[in-house]
Amino acid sequence: MPAKRRVAQLVMLAFAVLIVMGAYANVGLAIDEQVPSGMLTYGLGLGGFMLAAYLVLAKFAPWADPLLLPLVTLVNGLGLVMIFRLERAEMPGASATTQLLYTGIGVVLFAVTLLALRDHRTLQRLTYTSGFVGLFLLVSPLIPGLGKTINGAKIWIGFGPFTIQPAEFAKIALVVFFAGYLVAKRDVLALAGRRLLFIDLPRARDLGPVLITWGISLGVLVLQRDLGSSLLLFGAFIVMLYIATQRTSWVLIGILLFVGGAFIAGQIFDHVGDRFDVWLNPGSTEFYDREFGGSYQLMQGLFGMANGGILGTGLGQGHPELIPLAFSDFIFAATGEELGLTGLMALLMLYALIVQRGLRTSLAAREPFTKLLAGGLSFIIAWQVFIIVGGVTNLIPLTGLVTPFMSQGGSALLANWILIALLVRMSDAARRPPPQAIQNEGLTQVFQR
Amino acid sequence: MNGTLKRAAVACMAMFALLMINVNYFQAVRGQTDTFQNDNRDRRNYFERYAIERGRITAGGKVILAQSKEQDGSIRFVRRYAEGELYAHVTGFFSPYTATQIEGTENKLLDGSSADLLLQRGIDMFTGEPTRGANVDLTIDPKVQKAAYDALRQSGKRGAVVAIDPKTGAILAMVSLPTYDPNVLSDPDPGKVTKAYEALDPKSLDTPLLNRTTERTYAPGSTFKVVTTAAWLEDDSSRDGNTNVDAPTRLSLPSTSATLPNYGGAACGGGNVPMAYALQKSCNTPYGKIGLELGYEKMLEQTEKFGIGQSLQVPIPVVASSLGPQEDPAAIAMSAIGQRSVQMTPLQMAMIAAGIANDGKVMKPYLVNRITNHKGDELSAADPEELSEAMSAESAQKLKAMMVSVVNEGTARAAQVPGLEVGGKTGTAETAKGRAPHAWFIGFSDKVALAVLVESGAASVGAEATGGGVAAPIAKSVLEAVQSR
Repeated sequence: MPAKRRVAQLVMLAFAVLIVMGAYANVGLAIDEQVPSGMLTYGLGLGGFMLAAYLVLAKFAPWADPLLLPLVTLVNGLGLVMIFRLERAEMPGASATTQLLYTGIGVVLFAVTLLALRDHRTLQRLTYTSGFVGLFLLVSPLIPGLGKTINGAKIWIGFGPFTIQPAEFAKIALVVFFAGYLVAKRDVLALAGRRLLFIDLPRARDLGPVLITWGISLGVLVLQRDLGSSLLLFGAFIVMLYIATQRTSWVLIGILLFVGGAFIAGQIFDHVGDRFDVWLNPGSTEFYDREFGGSYQLMQGLFGMANGGILGTGLGQGHPELIPLAFSDFIFAATGEELGLTGLMALLMLYALIVQRGLRTSLAAREPFTKLLAGGLSFIIAWQVFIIVGGVTNLIPLTGLVTPFMSQGGSALLANWILIALLVRMSDAARRPPPQAIQNEGLTQVFQR
Repeated sequence: MNGTLKRAAVACMAMFALLMINVNYFQAVRGQTDTFQNDNRDRRNYFERYAIERGRITAGGKVILAQSKEQDGSIRFVRRYAEGELYAHVTGFFSPYTATQIEGTENKLLDGSSADLLLQRGIDMFTGEPTRGANVDLTIDPKVQKAAYDALRQSGKRGAVVAIDPKTGAILAMVSLPTYDPNVLSDPDPGKVTKAYEALDPKSLDTPLLNRTTERTYAPGSTFKVVTTAAWLEDDSSRDGNTNVDAPTRLSLPSTSATLPNYGGAACGGGNVPMAYALQKSCNTPYGKIGLELGYEKMLEQTEKFGIGQSLQVPIPVVASSLGPQEDPAAIAMSAIGQRSVQMTPLQMAMIAAGIANDGKVMKPYLVNRITNHKGDELSAADPEELSEAMSAESAQKLKAMMVSVVNEGTARAAQVPGLEVGGKTGTAETAKGRAPHAWFIGFSDKVALAVLVESGAASVGAEATGGGVAAPIAKSVLEAVQSR
């Protein structure tokens, strides 16, 4: 029987906050040769938020996985330190205070989700509602008057001074929808159609939902110029489809569809096709000097990581401010410069652990909907980290996505805190011991009237 | 569903494994290659340039030519050249993106990144001391350098002076005019530097940026006759300065109707003169005839023995001098008097004079005398080495005597220093039509060998203003400075 491990969690949480405080002090010592003046406020702020999150979790999800919250706290905190460090280097746009504020709001949303959603299976009843909400959020940046175009991507909506990236929230709503939908339809989708080589193809009529999701993904790609979200959604859908139906053919069909679609899009839109060439040859002058869609940012990130080497320059001692968007899309490269390979390995390990805790929840869950939802949400974290980190480190073509919990930006941070709340809620359900059957002597049972 | 979930979990872990392998590969291997470490598009390299206290460049162990001065702000150390223009072509400059001459060739020692400083860097790392570069001491003698600079400057022309210690190859003076202020080009502001750099007209042959002693070749004119004399002496050991040679007023050239005259169309003695006389008067016809007799192969062999044809690192790069390609038979007669396609750097001409003065042995020229770490401990010291044997000691003695007679009785009388035995040879090299010829002098005393070039220094062809008139007095100032040190 799993233990609650609440004390262990509290110790780990304190440990995570301490590491972050140490890193924060390190930045100040390196730049000004003194501990930053706001350190106490900052530490109390982060520590306070996390203590609150812990108390809500202990009260309303006592059986929840003990590692998720400390892991996320550490990643979130390291992101804050990097943003603080970039702000100190006078990088325009970097603001640690704003990010700390959003961290606070994220923790509030985390708590609200845990409080409001006592049983996550409620979500199963909201399958189609989630689907519509997700779809609406996804297309909302295209609505005239609401949408805002920033840096060529139509992925923002604005309310007065606030801008929101609705795709970040849409991704959760759509994973909920996929889980509910697939649980309902998985038997049909698993039916075998024709056999081609060694693969059982699904029936042609069942291709409908896949084609619709594919169409929406391509729509996001083409109309919003957002390859990242497009790839993220379609990948999540295909993997969940595979988990639900246990059919490899869906994965193959999915990959073929996406590659085909992306290829055609690449032929029509230069900004997609160029990514491939830039990926293969980022150092070439032609791509480097190009104003849009070139390799300047990628190369600056790579220079930073190359400069960091194995041990890194040390916090506050490199020049990560030279990397464009070092506080958002390229925060991983900025971290690689100052914390080195050592720091990046630790960071990747943290993400891998978060995903692993999520997948364990999924495996331990008792009913299909929870399995699919937990699996889908965990996968989407892994997939997102893979796409952005792989892009920044030149493993795969670069696609703009935020690094979960690290990149500066309210929408992503809030959405990810909600995502973690859902995983915590499900892990609480999965680890909670089943009600004890009342046993008495012999084979008979006594029923009380 | 757990089966597929487990497989999906394996896929997730595989993605993380891929990311980890790639990050390891990039940060430990690929990123450590030159492509990512030394790309000048990486502005980190720019900041790094100014983060380290570079070593000093000194001359003769005492005069500071270049040093790093600390200041406030993100640019910690700026490079300053106290002697400025006087040593510009020796020190070079340290701009935001490049470093030239000694600053460039000795960069790894100066900035402390050389493997020779590995131990020191390790100690510094453990004791928490900042890395500091090594100091480079040059062979330049400040007195000789100043004398050469002032004398050449007085001519008001472009030109070059190189002085070498013939016994070791140590370069005692290296002056090129016009010059520039390395302080301006070493400013950390790339915009300012680019502007100043462009103002120096870097693509033109007349640019002050050019080190005329090493980076440009000139027709050597009559100074090249010493090489022809050396080949002639080596060809037959019974020959000496008293051996008579044919000296017609005009030498008819094979397979062409053209003829080779003497300077100004004059006669050379009685038409049959001792070789020493031909050198003293710098007659063309006997040398043209000797060139024809020796042929291209023998002339080429002799030039190679003087080091001609090699590009050297002293350690600043020296372009190769050349006899020129083999052409029709008549051409070698022109080459033998230093015209046609013979092209020499002033440093190469100084090496020829040094080789003759050093009994035929050409020492490899060098500029770096000593490398010390920032505490003053010696890391390495110059070790003079022989570059080649240009001629036998006997031939060298004969040629020396002939060159001494050129200074005592011939065209180079302006280089005489009272009480000092000086040998030399003047030259007037015709260049493009309409441009005044270059004036040359190469020569030696017992302590120094030198070459002086004054671009367009001779007023006109035919006037008495040959190399002897303009270049030899500059050489005299340098010889006196060497003598008085």
